[in-house]
Amino acid sequence: MSIIAPPLPTLGGIGAATATPVLELENLSVSYRDHRHHYSRAVHDVSLSIGAGEVLALVGESGSGKSTTAQAVIGLLAGNGRVDGGAIRLQGTDIAGWSQKRLESVRGSRIGLIPQDPTSSLNPVKTIGAQVGEALRLHGRFSRKERLEHIFELLARVGLSQPALRARQYPHELSGGMRQRALIAAAIALRPQLIIADEATSALDVTVQKRILDLIDELRREEGTAVLFVTHDLGVAADRSDRLVVLQGGRIQEAGRTSEVLANPRSSYTRALLADAPSLALAANGPWRSPVQSATVHPAGAAPAEAGIVVRDLVQEFRTGPRNAPVFKALDSVSFDVPAGTTHALVGESGSGKTTTVRALVGFHKATSGSISIAGTDVGSLAGEELRQFRRTVQLVHQNPFTSLDPRQSIRQIIEEPLLNFGTSDRAGRAARIEGLLERVRLPHAVLARSPRELSGGQRQRVAIARALALDPKVLVLDEAVSALDVTVQAQILALLEELQRELALTYVFISHDLAVVAQIADTVSVMSAGRVVESGTVKDVFLSPRHEYTRELIAAIPGQRGAVGVPKAERPPATHATARISPAIPTTAKAGRR
Amino acid sequence: MPSYLAGRIGQALLVLWAAFTLSFILLQALPGDALLIKYQNPDMGLSPEQIAEIRASYGADQSLVLQYLHTLGNFLTGNLGYSVSASVPVLDQLATNLPATARLAGLGFAAAVLLAVGIAVLANLARFAWLRTAIASLPSLFISVPVFWLGIVLIQVFSFRLKLIPVINPPEWQGLILPVLTLAIPISAPLAQVLLRSMDDVLTQPFISVARARGASLPWILWHHVARNALLPTLTIAGILFGELIGGAVVTETVFGRSGLGQLTQQAVDNQDASVLQAIVVLAAAVFVVVNLIIDLIYPLVDPRLKKSLGANA
Repeated sequence: MSIIAPPLPTLGGIGAATATPVLELENLSVSYRDHRHHYSRAVHDVSLSIGAGEVLALVGESGSGKSTTAQAVIGLLAGNGRVDGGAIRLQGTDIAGWSQKRLESVRGSRIGLIPQDPTSSLNPVKTIGAQVGEALRLHGRFSRKERLEHIFELLARVGLSQPALRARQYPHELSGGMRQRALIAAAIALRPQLIIADEATSALDVTVQKRILDLIDELRREEGTAVLFVTHDLGVAADRSDRLVVLQGGRIQEAGRTSEVLANPRSSYTRALLADAPSLALAANGPWRSPVQSATVHPAGAAPAEAGIVVRDLVQEFRTGPRNAPVFKALDSVSFDVPAGTTHALVGESGSGKTTTVRALVGFHKATSGSISIAGTDVGSLAGEELRQFRRTVQLVHQNPFTSLDPRQSIRQIIEEPLLNFGTSDRAGRAARIEGLLERVRLPHAVLARSPRELSGGQRQRVAIARALALDPKVLVLDEAVSALDVTVQAQILALLEELQRELALTYVFISHDLAVVAQIADTVSVMSAGRVVESGTVKDVFLSPRHEYTRELIAAIPGQRGAVGVPKAERPPATHATARISPAIPTTAKAGRR
Repeated sequence: MPSYLAGRIGQALLVLWAAFTLSFILLQALPGDALLIKYQNPDMGLSPEQIAEIRASYGADQSLVLQYLHTLGNFLTGNLGYSVSASVPVLDQLATNLPATARLAGLGFAAAVLLAVGIAVLANLARFAWLRTAIASLPSLFISVPVFWLGIVLIQVFSFRLKLIPVINPPEWQGLILPVLTLAIPISAPLAQVLLRSMDDVLTQPFISVARARGASLPWILWHHVARNALLPTLTIAGILFGELIGGAVVTETVFGRSGLGQLTQQAVDNQDASVLQAIVVLAAAVFVVVNLIIDLIYPLVDPRLKKSLGANA
């Protein structure tokens, strides 16, 4: 490719084995000030180094200090954070003590950042071109015309078609994947020696994620850029990194070559992390749930033995504008059966119709046509009080445990609310019921008086489950219910769900974009794309022998397939290897969910 | 877009009509009227029959419904009625008084915007937390100051103590300084508060740290990223504050003894001159409605998301 920016004198030769690494952290310690002006340490003595053309993955759960470390490198800690000690060497120069003014000359020119959420990381009122060209304006001395040429070139470089058009468009006019490409273009505008990718693909669908990761890989290979890859996703880390640093509680638990760490984890924390990644368990002893008696898939039309959920030819149309505008078909003839007491998963990417299906299932809105029958009741025919009473049968657990609980209620009030709504019992009866529910979801009695803010993500999700169980429902709809959780917490919640299903004979509808989790928890699965069910069957059949092209694509896009644990694999060629080698086998490492 | 515009204009007309009708009803519900006040004066020595005749000539003996329709028709044709107390057409009175008030209100609003933006930007650029807190608490102080009191204090300080501005017949532009300040300070307060708040909101957005990661400095961020994003909520509040501006102008003109719509209003109230009050209410409503209509039309220019997107939005 032609030149994007004049190379800086400090730029290390591409692929040249320079003695000084691009980035070197030595005993970096960072702490945050709380509201009482006490400093508490978030990162303890972290040391690592990244050479040119190398990818280092910094993995860990939330609160592990991985993002803090990355922010410290770029000098953008939150206002209450400070670097306590240690060195941050950028090509040998310690920038740890630099003023913001000095750091501004380094940011964007020598260090590029690819942020997490492509939607909120772009200014909604500025054009794509203006944002891609911002670093050029800030650092370079280009004329307007030169800058425009650079911008077009960059946009083309990251694989956006019609660069001239894209440059004039606003972020809301692009899809998530296109936005992330634009952000990558902005990050590489001045050919930085170091790229920090902070959860850069966590908010994207798997297939889009794969394409973006391929792009970063390609840029790294061609430019010899060093990449600091911050991720909670072991699968992504396994696929894309040369070396791995595992952080826990701000301390390095383990560091080494990615393949070696995965094959031979030395620290117990790393081992737990690997074990909790959903499909590692699958790889070990057959991924599939022991078949439940009735869990065979019934061809559409034949009534299942015990009616759980029967969905037939569901169509949902939305108006796209005034009267004569064309209608948008969010659901197009969706049919599936869920035998009572089993788990059915709906998988697909954003916009595939999963959420619309859920809303129809729980009776939030009526479908345009088609029927839904739950435990023998035709949901579509219900209205008013009947519909209200029906809501006892089907309960919903939301994705985000941080927003689905009212922050002003105590945990007791939260769990009590459905009991009050349906006036099930007196005060003493309710108190007993709440105790029972707490026990079911394994929460200590003490949480009752607390507010949701004082609970961890996993605890909050347990509260949400307890609330859903309060009315003895027959069906739980779990809408991405474990996606926002760290892998170890996710594993605990999944285990809880399985246990509850066994004991209470619950029927689950499990909505997820994470195929590995689906493989672990579901009996049957429907793969949705553009409002249609493109494939359905038992999880095993669908995963092992996908018939539809889209299903194959989804499965192939699951990260972690190159870094199979315990499976000997070829050494990852440094900075020269081509595209992903997709093994035909099942996914081996999970994507731990998006934030 | 054309249908949107038509809808908004229709709404604006509806508001105007409602303002007209409501003020008509209220003014008629008040006891007494300007005709009685003027002609019942014993000095004029008119007999009740003569007064009744005069009333008939003004159309005041007709039923309320007829009077309403008559007045509405007149307004629609641009005839705003006749001031009984001053014996001139209302339109003429407005024409003589409007420019002074428009100048005061316009300058007052501009000063309020300047003050608000100044406060918001300075608070964000302040290097020390205490300074920032001090600047950011100015609006709360401003908002609790009554207009008439502020006017009196300003006159006391600048005219009587410091003798910077003469009280009697000051030169035109000097005479404007204190009234404009009096008007601007209370209006700048909510504006500054909203601006500060929305700037704070925007500054916590991820795209701000992404821009900083490209090497942008704080002033750059404020100008290139925050300003336009923070403008939208501020515009909304600015439109609403315009109503306050009109009310504030009335009080300010009275305090500083300036001629203008404010004084005209005050006289009309004293004389219960319904047709003048009616015209002023409709004029104020019209200004308010037009300003807010313009603001509604500006939104899509500030925020491209409000334009109807035709491109792919997958």
